Amino acid sequence: MNASRPKRILIGKVGLDGHDRGAKFIVRALRNAGYEVIYTGIRRTPEQIVRAAIDEDVDAIGLSLLSGAHKELLSRVAELLKGEGAENIVLFAGGTIPDQDLAYLRSLGINRVFRPGAALSGILSALEEALTGGRSTGGGATT
Amino acid sequence: MGSLLEERFERWKSETLAKSVAKMPEQAQRAVTVSGTPVEALYVPEQVPDGSARDAYLNKLGFPGEYPFTRGVQPTMYRSRLWTMRQYAGFATAEETNERYRFLLESGQTGLSVAFDLPTQIGYDSDHPLAAGEVGKVGVAVDTLADMEILFDSIPLDKVSTSMTINAPAAVLLAMYIAVGAKQGVPADKLTGTIQNDVLKEYIARGTYIFPPAPSLRLITNIFGYAAEQMPLFNTISVSGYHIREAGSNAVQEVGFTLADGVAYVEAARNAGLDVDRFAPRVAFFFGAMTDVLEEVAKFRAARRLWARIMKERFGAKDPRSCMLRFHTQTCGATLTAQQIDNNVVRVTLQALSAVLGGTQSLHTCSRDEALALPAEEAVQIALRTQQIIAHESGVAHTVDPLAGSYYVEKLTDEIEAEAEGYIRRIDEMGGMVPAIEQRYPQREIEQSAYRYQQEIERGERVIVGVNRFTAEDQSLPEILTISEETTRRQIDRLATVRAKRDATAVGRALDALETGARKDDNLMPLILSAVEAYASVGEICDRLRKVFGEYEE
Repeated sequence: MNASRPKRILIGKVGLDGHDRGAKFIVRALRNAGYEVIYTGIRRTPEQIVRAAIDEDVDAIGLSLLSGAHKELLSRVAELLKGEGAENIVLFAGGTIPDQDLAYLRSLGINRVFRPGAALSGILSALEEALTGGRSTGGGATT
Repeated sequence: MGSLLEERFERWKSETLAKSVAKMPEQAQRAVTVSGTPVEALYVPEQVPDGSARDAYLNKLGFPGEYPFTRGVQPTMYRSRLWTMRQYAGFATAEETNERYRFLLESGQTGLSVAFDLPTQIGYDSDHPLAAGEVGKVGVAVDTLADMEILFDSIPLDKVSTSMTINAPAAVLLAMYIAVGAKQGVPADKLTGTIQNDVLKEYIARGTYIFPPAPSLRLITNIFGYAAEQMPLFNTISVSGYHIREAGSNAVQEVGFTLADGVAYVEAARNAGLDVDRFAPRVAFFFGAMTDVLEEVAKFRAARRLWARIMKERFGAKDPRSCMLRFHTQTCGATLTAQQIDNNVVRVTLQALSAVLGGTQSLHTCSRDEALALPAEEAVQIALRTQQIIAHESGVAHTVDPLAGSYYVEKLTDEIEAEAEGYIRRIDEMGGMVPAIEQRYPQREIEQSAYRYQQEIERGERVIVGVNRFTAEDQSLPEILTISEETTRRQIDRLATVRAKRDATAVGRALDALETGARKDDNLMPLILSAVEAYASVGEICDRLRKVFGEYEE
């Protein structure tokens, strides 16, 4: 792999949720920050997300959920990644995800969860850290 | 008798106002200020000499209850009846939601507003693979008429009006509502309420589409046609700017795109052979309210005037009710912050105030915890109390359109109207809203505005208290509502029970008839009604229609 290649990130909307304002903002902001970004559009299945991530050879997947279905859908994505031997892909999430679910998401290897009001600067620095250091076990930004 | 304006004011009092008061008397509650000064129903400019200022007033503002309805659709507005306090609610299964509805009605709410879960909104049954994790999450799960019967148990449909946020499968849920009414002994022509039924904004901003635009417009006009005959009191569509705004548009785009959607529906119905004045009086609207109070007030006024002109001048509507833009408002959830959540109560108060000053017909106030989860019961109660305080303590409901004549508000009203009209013209040039959506024109405009708005926040140019200024350590959060996995199991069990108990032959026959009707030019409403009465599910009905109509892909 070319070391100077820009990092590739897949931003996706998984499940039936149509709220894409946050996802679209992040797509644009990440592109402006120099990442190559693939956006899946809304209403993708976990299978479609993982397939696209592997086909596009991405370094990270960011999934946006505002529907409350994050536990079920993110665990399915993590499971599929594992099945594909693609656990090196950094998985992060954004949306309306309450405190009480963060521990569960960490158990799936999702250490970075960006919620309403998260500052872009914090998101960018957390991603940079994750992508240069591989899958971090650190806390990362959560708000 | 003085000037023409005075003459017209007198005529409004003796005709429009008198007629309205005879039908719907003003409330006995005292319309007086805290100091005891009596408050009149309406204030107009005093001693305006005949001339251009007078003509501008009469043409642009006029009188409430009269064309162009800038000052309001009712002559007395809230003096006769307050807006309907209608909290959008639904979660888990029909039992839990029914309990929440009864709590809200006991708390003084005056209408219901049903939130359906995403599988229901996209026409999948609770046991469909794509429904995994989504059942009962953002709204109540409804698979068959059996769920709808529980949802409205002990709620008299002849007394309570119900708004249903349902779009692609609107015809199915409307049919279920009719069937529940019939079981309660309430005929369809006595049912009151609204279905959202606005698919164009699903392609633009909200995402719960199923079918491509052409068959979607057919379903919508089928409902218009059916309701014109069978349910004259029901609003057959709620043309929605709310989701366009929540997706990030500004106020002008919200009015422009929403009214352009409205134009598309009226044209589709006319092309289907319906007379404008037969269906247009039942077309309603739905807008958001953000925190820039005076811009919002101007927006509501501009939208009313622009729609009135479109209906009269473009579509030749003769019935004044066809020209009335009646609307529901919801405070904008995207403005709520996860930080210092109690601040959201204040934001919602300002937003709700703008809706009332702008003349809304009904209102949903968001709850302080909505940046985190579905609202908990206590948070919903504060939101409802916010409306009640505005209604009963603030005094703003005493007089109609209290901000009329403000130099600023009138100027903003004119500007929003002109700019929104510019958007509609641009969309007309593209061949209408469907081609515009296919070219992603409204989507791109909204994305641009959303990006700009968020960048302003990131750079600190737009202050959001508690987020980029006046921040504090996160406080402990209140208890939030969670939907258990057991919910899904219970819902799937009920669906299985219904499937086992119903007459399978009758279901199959009704679904076949629907499919055949869909391939022809039949009005699908009676066929869908027969199917739901046989306890066919939302998913089964939508699958038959998918077979005929295909699916929309973004």
